[in-house]
Amino acid sequence: MSSKKGFIPHDLFPWKPAKVSGKAPQEKLIVAHAPHWHDGSKISTKNYNIMIAALPAVLFGISQYGAPALGVIALAMGSAMVWELIMNLAMGKPWSIGDASAAVTGLLLGMLMPATAPWWVIALGTFIAIMVGKQIFGGIGFNPLNPPLLALAMLVISFKGVFDFDEALRHYDIGFAMAYPLGQLKYFGTAAAGKFSVGDLFMGKQAGAVGSTFGLGLIAGGIYLMVRGYIRWEISLSFLAGVFVTALLFNILGDSTKYAGPFFHLFTGYTLVAAFFLLPEDSSSPANFLPMLLFGALAGLLTVLIRNIGAYVDGVPFSILLMNLANPLLDKIRPKAIGKVVENA
Amino acid sequence: MIKRSFWGLAKPRLNYSVTVGAVEELPVPSKVILLLKEPQNGGRGNGLKVGDSVKTGQRLSASPEGAEYVISSVTGTISDIAPYVGMLGQKCKAITIDASGQDDWDDSFSKEPTLDAALKFFEYAPGNPSFKAFADPEKSIGTIVINGMDQDLLLTANQYVVQNEAADIKGGVDALKKMTGVDRIVITVPENLVQQASNTGADVRSVNATYPSSLPHMIMKDVLGQVVLAGDTVEDAGVAFMCAEAMAALGTAFQTGRPRVTKIVTVVGKDGKTTNVRTRIGTPLKDVLQACNVSPNDRDRIIMGGPMTGAAAHSEELGVEPGTDGIVVQDEANSAQVTDYPCINCGECVRICPVKIPVNMLVRFLEGRFYEDARALYDLDCCIECGLCSYVCISRIPIFQYIKLGKYELSLIEIAEAANE
Repeated sequence: MSSKKGFIPHDLFPWKPAKVSGKAPQEKLIVAHAPHWHDGSKISTKNYNIMIAALPAVLFGISQYGAPALGVIALAMGSAMVWELIMNLAMGKPWSIGDASAAVTGLLLGMLMPATAPWWVIALGTFIAIMVGKQIFGGIGFNPLNPPLLALAMLVISFKGVFDFDEALRHYDIGFAMAYPLGQLKYFGTAAAGKFSVGDLFMGKQAGAVGSTFGLGLIAGGIYLMVRGYIRWEISLSFLAGVFVTALLFNILGDSTKYAGPFFHLFTGYTLVAAFFLLPEDSSSPANFLPMLLFGALAGLLTVLIRNIGAYVDGVPFSILLMNLANPLLDKIRPKAIGKVVENA
Repeated sequence: MIKRSFWGLAKPRLNYSVTVGAVEELPVPSKVILLLKEPQNGGRGNGLKVGDSVKTGQRLSASPEGAEYVISSVTGTISDIAPYVGMLGQKCKAITIDASGQDDWDDSFSKEPTLDAALKFFEYAPGNPSFKAFADPEKSIGTIVINGMDQDLLLTANQYVVQNEAADIKGGVDALKKMTGVDRIVITVPENLVQQASNTGADVRSVNATYPSSLPHMIMKDVLGQVVLAGDTVEDAGVAFMCAEAMAALGTAFQTGRPRVTKIVTVVGKDGKTTNVRTRIGTPLKDVLQACNVSPNDRDRIIMGGPMTGAAAHSEELGVEPGTDGIVVQDEANSAQVTDYPCINCGECVRICPVKIPVNMLVRFLEGRFYEDARALYDLDCCIECGLCSYVCISRIPIFQYIKLGKYELSLIEIAEAANE
């Protein structure tokens, strides 16, 4: 690890050795500041656990779409790590691929891609995610936006055809209607969306990206991450609640031939992968309780708004990126520290 | 070391050790090392010389009227006086006294319990009591809290005193009432010591056994229902804290006419084996560890105090200080290592902070050395220094160290400003 410029930790606490007479050779002890205990958590452990949690959904995607899906995931993870390494070398910083955050970024971007995505789109996507999304801001912890989502948003805008799931997956025949549910809803209304039963959607019988169709697997992974404390349940659950309530209101109060019910929105598109893997990304989400709830709920609201009355088929990338921008402001809502003296009060 | 629970959703619970073992009496060491603080305004006397003979209980000071002093814990001759720089640059003199093996008591201490006597003899008593607040006309102390719970994890020195020396504490309470005129004296103890503590004559309150509920600020909030304002000390809020051992020392001194020169220390070995020993203040750590069969290796840590707030010593030749409640020896493999990784904003510190400081933002300002902003915007002064933020930090940032550094730098700025006025 390189130390920060001008930062010499030894200057801070000058424990100078005492001159003591009758010196005998003695052990060299480590001097450090308290606390001398640590709970043992590590960034790499956290990221490995995120990968483990993503496995069910990813394996399901691979079992459905075969080798191309595996190729997408492998290329996304590999290229993301290569970009990170190149950036580390270019900037003369210590190698940070060991913390597995680049691998997670790649994995998540891969999960959002259709199995048929060409290799150059994937490589470009991970380039955007790592370089533009993260490294130019200073690397891990400094990204204001969610890197995989930033890349996804740019790709969706730039290469519409690649993300037209109906077109991309038309050669697949896996035993269910190979039509992208959100696309059907957008262009043909709830009558077309009604072809998909909630159970089928939940079990992944729908067209979509490699790692975002298997509702059961994503929820299992999400619960795993929540109980192990690797993601913040407040954000995930409030997002799902936001999607559910907004969709329900549209469905009840609005035109029910045009606006699908809440369960349809929960189990289609990127909703679940966003709730458990994208939205709770540490650096781009708030840390205080109320802001976390607002952040999740507003992202859910925006998602359904964009899906129902916006121009895009799925609102997830844009709603979350918008909320990422609001994150610093939201996180100002915080409890008063105990003992704080409030002036002008 | 207590690790993160598998179910990370649950907050980590660090419990104080409340099972008190017996105390093993250590023999008088062959030498003691006492740290005499140098007065801050630079006035240095030369009252002490190598070769001076000193008696047990004798007050040693650089000049006769000097406010800083140590109490010799053995009878013998001064064999060395060396400069020593302590935590945060505190300049001290390390006085080594070779013990003659026999105790010849100094008799300048009188049994009359006055504040003067306390200021003159008990600032160096075991448990490090401070009586300066009582003499300070700007502070009005209305309550004294005797902390019968140890402040850090693993340690049981003060709990031992409450369990076994309640009569001495009672003597201390009476003397304290007489010398300060403060009537409201509260003793805080863990649940299992309430019975014993009721014999001390102080108002007994129990504290929760979960860290950090025994830190003074937390006791103020939870037990006294009084919040200490940011940047204030507990004394500013009208409360003085003393630990149980200091009270017992006060009690024995006014009963027997001899100040206590021993300290109870909880020694925790690398295998987690805990021993309580009573030893002379100033006993080299090496002697204490040897007596407990603990042998540190290269790159181990010897922590004076507990694992959350203690200071790692650089040498086994340092002496037991009056405030050293414990000596914890930690294997390198079990020690917390810090990194210079950036904060990833996971929010663990925000959720564990007992005083609700937005640590995620605070640490960004501290890392960038924006200390004044850290104080004004992100509640640096509210910190009660429990160390839990560093304990849970996934990036392993030395947050606690940054906080201490920030406070120190701000204090330097204040001193400079005061000097310019």
